[in-house]
Amino acid sequence: MTVLTCVALPLLAPALITALHRWPNPREAVTLLTSAGLFLLVTSLLGNVLNGARPAINLAEPLPGLKIGFEVEPLGMLFALLASFLWMVTSVYSIGYMRSHREWRQTSYYSYFAVALGSVMGIAFAGNLFTLFIFYELLTLSTYPLVTHAGDDAAREGGRIYLGYLLGTSVVLLLLALVWTWSLTGTLDFRAGGILEDVVTPATASILLVLFIFGIGKAAVMPFHLWLPSAMVAPTPVSALLHAVAVVKAGVFTVLKVAIYIFGIDFLATVPATQWLMYVAAATILLAALVALRQDNLKLRLAWSTISQLSYIVLCTLLVTPLGIVGSTLHIVMHAFAKITLFFCAGAILITTHKTRISEMDGIGRRMPWTMAAFTVGALSMIGVPPTGGFISKWYILLGAIDAQQMFAVGIIIVSTLLNAAYFLPIVYAAFFRPPKFNPEYGHAAAHAEAPFAVLLAITVTALGTVVLFFFPDLPLDLALQLGGGSK
Amino acid sequence: MLLANLPALQVVIPLVSAPVCLLLRNPRHAWAWSTLVSWLVLAMALLLVQRVSVDGTISYAIGAWATPWGIEYRIDMAGALMILIIATIGAVVMPYAWRSIQHELHKKHTGLFYTCYLLCLTGLLGIVVTGDAFNLFVFLEISSLSSYVLISLGSTRRALTAAYQYLVMGTIGATFILIGIGLLYMMTGTLNMQDISQRLPEVADTRTIRVAFAFVTVGVSIKLALFPLHIWLPNAYTFAPSVVTAFIAATATKVGVYVLLRFFFTVFGIHFSFNSMHVGEILMLLAVAAILVASLVAIFQNNVKRMLAYSSVAQIGYIILGISLATSDGVTASMLHLFNHALIKCALFLAMGCIFLRLGSVELKDMNGLARQMPWTMAAFVAGGLSLVGLPLTAGFISKWYLVSAVLVDGYWPLAVLVLVSSLLALMYIWRVVEAAYFHVPGAAMHRVREAPASMLVPTWLLIGANLYVGINASLITTIARQGANALIGQATP
Repeated sequence: MTVLTCVALPLLAPALITALHRWPNPREAVTLLTSAGLFLLVTSLLGNVLNGARPAINLAEPLPGLKIGFEVEPLGMLFALLASFLWMVTSVYSIGYMRSHREWRQTSYYSYFAVALGSVMGIAFAGNLFTLFIFYELLTLSTYPLVTHAGDDAAREGGRIYLGYLLGTSVVLLLLALVWTWSLTGTLDFRAGGILEDVVTPATASILLVLFIFGIGKAAVMPFHLWLPSAMVAPTPVSALLHAVAVVKAGVFTVLKVAIYIFGIDFLATVPATQWLMYVAAATILLAALVALRQDNLKLRLAWSTISQLSYIVLCTLLVTPLGIVGSTLHIVMHAFAKITLFFCAGAILITTHKTRISEMDGIGRRMPWTMAAFTVGALSMIGVPPTGGFISKWYILLGAIDAQQMFAVGIIIVSTLLNAAYFLPIVYAAFFRPPKFNPEYGHAAAHAEAPFAVLLAITVTALGTVVLFFFPDLPLDLALQLGGGSK
Repeated sequence: MLLANLPALQVVIPLVSAPVCLLLRNPRHAWAWSTLVSWLVLAMALLLVQRVSVDGTISYAIGAWATPWGIEYRIDMAGALMILIIATIGAVVMPYAWRSIQHELHKKHTGLFYTCYLLCLTGLLGIVVTGDAFNLFVFLEISSLSSYVLISLGSTRRALTAAYQYLVMGTIGATFILIGIGLLYMMTGTLNMQDISQRLPEVADTRTIRVAFAFVTVGVSIKLALFPLHIWLPNAYTFAPSVVTAFIAATATKVGVYVLLRFFFTVFGIHFSFNSMHVGEILMLLAVAAILVASLVAIFQNNVKRMLAYSSVAQIGYIILGISLATSDGVTASMLHLFNHALIKCALFLAMGCIFLRLGSVELKDMNGLARQMPWTMAAFVAGGLSLVGLPLTAGFISKWYLVSAVLVDGYWPLAVLVLVSSLLALMYIWRVVEAAYFHVPGAAMHRVREAPASMLVPTWLLIGANLYVGINASLITTIARQGANALIGQATP
């Protein structure tokens, strides 16, 4: 029952938000209370799941054998915890951001945000691939109005690419994989050890795996990655929560789910396409990092970095070792905290200084020390430097790669770490150590101070979270180990 | 007594009610009367479906003349599904018609409209109910003639040429069907479909029967607008009154498909149609062409009604694709899509009617910024459009799922890809409207546009609701579709 409430609560919140559209303060209170309530609800499930319980509920059966139902398992639990916690933080940030930026259509903004989070909960707790697919599509549709929030030509163009890529891949490739799997096995349930073993030939399994990996466009494996930079036309909180955490992580989460519960780790290791798809993921890691290096727009650089980091998770999943699974699961969490911090900082810089280009940000750290300190923490975590969470996940990813004896993967990760450093550290350096440039438009860079309080609060929480996860990674690690152990 | 005569009453009641509308001088009375009749027809249809699902196929001898001498009415599950579609659409469209017709038709024509509507309803129901080949032709003509009139009632003069074009094409189709039936009669000496199918194997290997098959197939293909015989359809749908478009788009072509199914599976038999005549391969080719060409053409239309009309041609391609497989799964998918597409297209055309009422146009360029003024109508359009694309939790998804899995089971995976890719084409043409209505800067006159009246919004949203309901709980409709498909195929396989 709690599971159902977790999904329903954010889906129903828009009714109240819309009803209160004339009174901004109570309206935002609804968002804050819903997100806090959701986080508490998700947390209340945690104890049981850690003890091995798998609460489940079935709602409907649109077609024979295809159920709409939910079941909580460690991976979904972790994803739900992550998304609901960060939603809470992002809501605080949103309020500060949207008000100081005087954005229009704030009511519909908060409404669609809540629906998007409801979809994320649906994805996290989906009891079978069919349910997951439904919420996957719902997430695409509910984030479309957020991406196109600005309502101008650029937004429409970005939205078109966003929708085209995400619906296109999911309808043509993923749905085909779903129908095919269903007609082969008669079920789409998530089962430990998978449902495809003994049913399909290695050749068919290869085709299916290719359809799944590319069909899950939200994981942004090249060549289906261009939607993510296009989505950067959205307001920054949307980019932060949805396009650094919720939407993209829903993608890699689905990849993990398919790998563990549809193919099964042991079977996946025998599928010939696994190795080839690893090369594709590796290419995505390197190419996206190289493109990131050349971006001057801060949000775009972050977006390309996200593409690169997502393929870490895909690559690591395709290593098909228990340690690899642990590594990818941890990286979902660690990358989320770091990347959301970075996006928050980009947004804070935008609303206080109206600057979007990295080349204009010289000396910005002197005026915005808190923001840029948090940015530094996020950047270090992306590179994988202790004491940040990114170190922990990178450690496990490397362990997994060594365990699988894929020295090529180890090499890719090391090279990309250098690239990460190359595209993040210059920003930090310029912000703190370069003298501010004179800008005729704003006068001598003294016109601005720190970001609004609500924004700073959110940034501090996520930056602290990044550090805390280095010292206390127990909770995500426990859940990840349960997953890795369970799939042996 | 009344219940036993239900198959006949289903057709007779709208038939005898039709002239009454002409006699009622007050348009409001004519409207109230035909609404009442439509609802009565729906009630009878529901009873019939219930009886067929409990008792199995119903056979009814008109005037108690025993078959095969008299006319037999014969309703199996496939027919029951069609009756359900026609009656539901009729009952939903009628309350909507009042404001729309009042706006689009001259007052002196309204009586004529309601008369022809009831006649069209009669014809469509009759085609489905009858088990007699010649009787089927008669009902086909009743529905066709009345729909020519209905289309010609459109508000612009181009409706007249559209109706004339349809008249010419439709008459050629009807003549072909008549020739085919005549040849069948010549060879078997009977007109009862069951009877023909029993006598046919003896003479099946003659040129006459093959010619009869060809005539019937081509004739019916014109009626159901199978690519490339669809050229009458876009104009007819574009220039007809909104209510007429919604009604005909959801029923007339569907009944055409039903006639095709009847002849292929019941009269000629699956073996003759698909193994001797190889109609499956031809249909598959035409279906693929319909899906691709019509979807692509739809993307470039600037009149939204015309765009939806081309989309209908593509959707008929889906239905024909399922039939061309000649498997239980394939025909089930087709039957399902008959029903679902009726729900989807009717809802979309009703939304267009709401827009035409307030805006006076369905041109894409006039719809800029419309969503602010007509939020409910546009929301209905988006929901219906997503169902057309086939996103989960909508009816369109259910039929797409069945079609793709039927195609996959037979190993035609390129066709499965084609079906899925073409749903992206559908997304493209639907999204052109969405972008215009939600993103473009409204024109100067836009602020005067108001939301459509409740009497038109409620029927539209009822159909959208049905779409969503089928998307969440499709068990009832899939069961009926499966039984209908098996009734069609089972009869034919010895």
